[in-house]
Amino acid sequence: MELIVALAIGVLTGSGVWLLLRPRTFQVIIGLALLSYAVNLFIFSTGRLRVDQPPVVGDPVTDISLLADPVPQSLVLTAIVIGFATTALLLVVMIAARGMTGTDHVDGQERDS
Amino acid sequence: MNAWLEHLPSLPIITPLLASALMLMFPEHRRVPRLTLALVSTLIQLVAAVAMLVLTTDAAPGFWPEGIGVYAIGGWKAPFGIVLVADRLSALMLTLNATIGLAVVVHSVARWDRIGVHYHPLLQFLLMGLNGAFLTGDLFNLFVFFEILLAASYALLLHGGGVQRMKMALHFVIINLVGAFAFLIGVAMLYSVLGTLNMADIAARWAMLPEVDRGIAGTGAAVLAIAFLIKAGSWPLNFWLPGTYSAAGPPVAAAFAIATKVGIYAILRLSSLVDAPGSSFGEGWLFALAAATMLFGIVGILAARQLSRLIAFTVVLSSGTLLAAAGMGSPVMTGPALFYLVGSVMASGAFFMLAGMTERMRTASIEAAEDPMVPPASYNAFSVGEPPALQPPDSEVGIAIPAAMAFLGLNFVCCALLVTGLPPLSGFVAKVALAAAAIEASSASGVSPWRAWTLVTALLAGGFAGMIALSRVGMRLFWSVTDRNTPRLRIVEAAPLAFLILVCLALTAGAGPAMRYFDDAARDLNEPDAYIRAVLGALPEARP
Repeated sequence: MELIVALAIGVLTGSGVWLLLRPRTFQVIIGLALLSYAVNLFIFSTGRLRVDQPPVVGDPVTDISLLADPVPQSLVLTAIVIGFATTALLLVVMIAARGMTGTDHVDGQERDS
Repeated sequence: MNAWLEHLPSLPIITPLLASALMLMFPEHRRVPRLTLALVSTLIQLVAAVAMLVLTTDAAPGFWPEGIGVYAIGGWKAPFGIVLVADRLSALMLTLNATIGLAVVVHSVARWDRIGVHYHPLLQFLLMGLNGAFLTGDLFNLFVFFEILLAASYALLLHGGGVQRMKMALHFVIINLVGAFAFLIGVAMLYSVLGTLNMADIAARWAMLPEVDRGIAGTGAAVLAIAFLIKAGSWPLNFWLPGTYSAAGPPVAAAFAIATKVGIYAILRLSSLVDAPGSSFGEGWLFALAAATMLFGIVGILAARQLSRLIAFTVVLSSGTLLAAAGMGSPVMTGPALFYLVGSVMASGAFFMLAGMTERMRTASIEAAEDPMVPPASYNAFSVGEPPALQPPDSEVGIAIPAAMAFLGLNFVCCALLVTGLPPLSGFVAKVALAAAAIEASSASGVSPWRAWTLVTALLAGGFAGMIALSRVGMRLFWSVTDRNTPRLRIVEAAPLAFLILVCLALTAGAGPAMRYFDDAARDLNEPDAYIRAVLGALPEARP
């Protein structure tokens, strides 16, 4: 499972960075979305990958090494919310920039013009 | 009384949050209640910050032991809950922030808060994010406050509309989103090996890290540093900065002047905590980047043709200077660096406001092309009623100050002296202190003289370049124009500028006591044991 998660994060990051370096705003925002998936998976995996384990529950005698770490899960939740909000904001800026400059190039003008 | 005073560190975060929420209850055209809320909130923040400034000195030794106040949010003790920590450095940054905030709020009353919607609530959110970032003792909480201040700054940058702002905002948002991802990756890597996000706990555990985990922890800290360096405007992560700062409205750019310093603050804070023996926080790299940043700033200052762009490059230069001071890796550098930080934030804030006012001296045809006189589009987008009728800035009613040209010229000279570090103002004191500390560090402790002299050379070159460029701009603005119109300056926009300059003058006159405070703050920063003790109660045992 570690291999699959690591590959997923790697592929997402690679494609995200490549798209981020493209000149069109649509490609950039898709790249950012892919990167945010990669980052969220990465945060999630820092709590160690465990299958079918509950996060911390009330029973004090349980060995904590058998439990899933709840902290990265809550971090991921926060990161998703914040990433979602800022990406939505970027989308608005992007549409406005497209409307005002008449092009979807990230610099607001085509390179050869 | 003490029971209430305990909650003091939460005040700079709660006040702007409540104020901006309340402001949204009033419709956009009811300016008086909105403005009153903004002013009251900023004043409360200033009072709270000054109170903390006093409490962290030895004036009240019984209240906060060792001058470090810890506020556990919700009563959850560290390292399980999130704590706010007010030590000398935090209190200093809070006071600086509230001072700039007050000046910006008053300055924008004249005109800028009406050319778009929700200006004051957004400004309060920016202040809240900054205050929170300076106070928090938790790494992930720092991320959240970073995002709050960034979200507010995206909207503030766009305030007033226009194609240029839109283009710059696109770059600004994308770059900061990437920075946020770097921040998250860094935090996650640190968490994976240290098992904690509390800054004091990270510092305590850093020294006990097993050898295998050091690589990951170091990489995590480095990735985290990328996020801070983007914010601080370090070369090569700062190409967004000059365009963004010169495109933003003048009061917004003045507020952004301190937002750059959040990155510097975070680097100072973390490098002080994550500094185990034998593993420095990448000081060699930091110094090299800082030197490149200063060079970039100097070249930019000489090349800039527009005043606001020139000031943006002086912000880059001051960031580079501060990073270089941090990258020297010597404890004697921190105190002078803090002095420089305070002075340069005030000076660049004042300078951005001044640049906005001198824009109006240009002839009417240029002004019509550049001034956002078109009806603000955001009023339609938010359906908040008719936009207020905006006259050209010089025909606005209100009390004008006499001798506007003399006022502008005098303030231009003051700002130029402050920014370039010429005597007799505080910029000079700060630069001399920095250079003296650098030479002392190279002779006393093990800092290589090569670095010290690089810093001194760059300081002098920066001052020289600034002098050349600013005298050129000053001559063009004030002496060589024949058909300029004398702007009508209202007292509400002129007073904040004078206020910031006066604070800088006070800093020059009171350089001795101020320097003592900065040195105390630097000592706390360089000996983080007191910080760790204050947050965690006692130094924790090795991990089981």
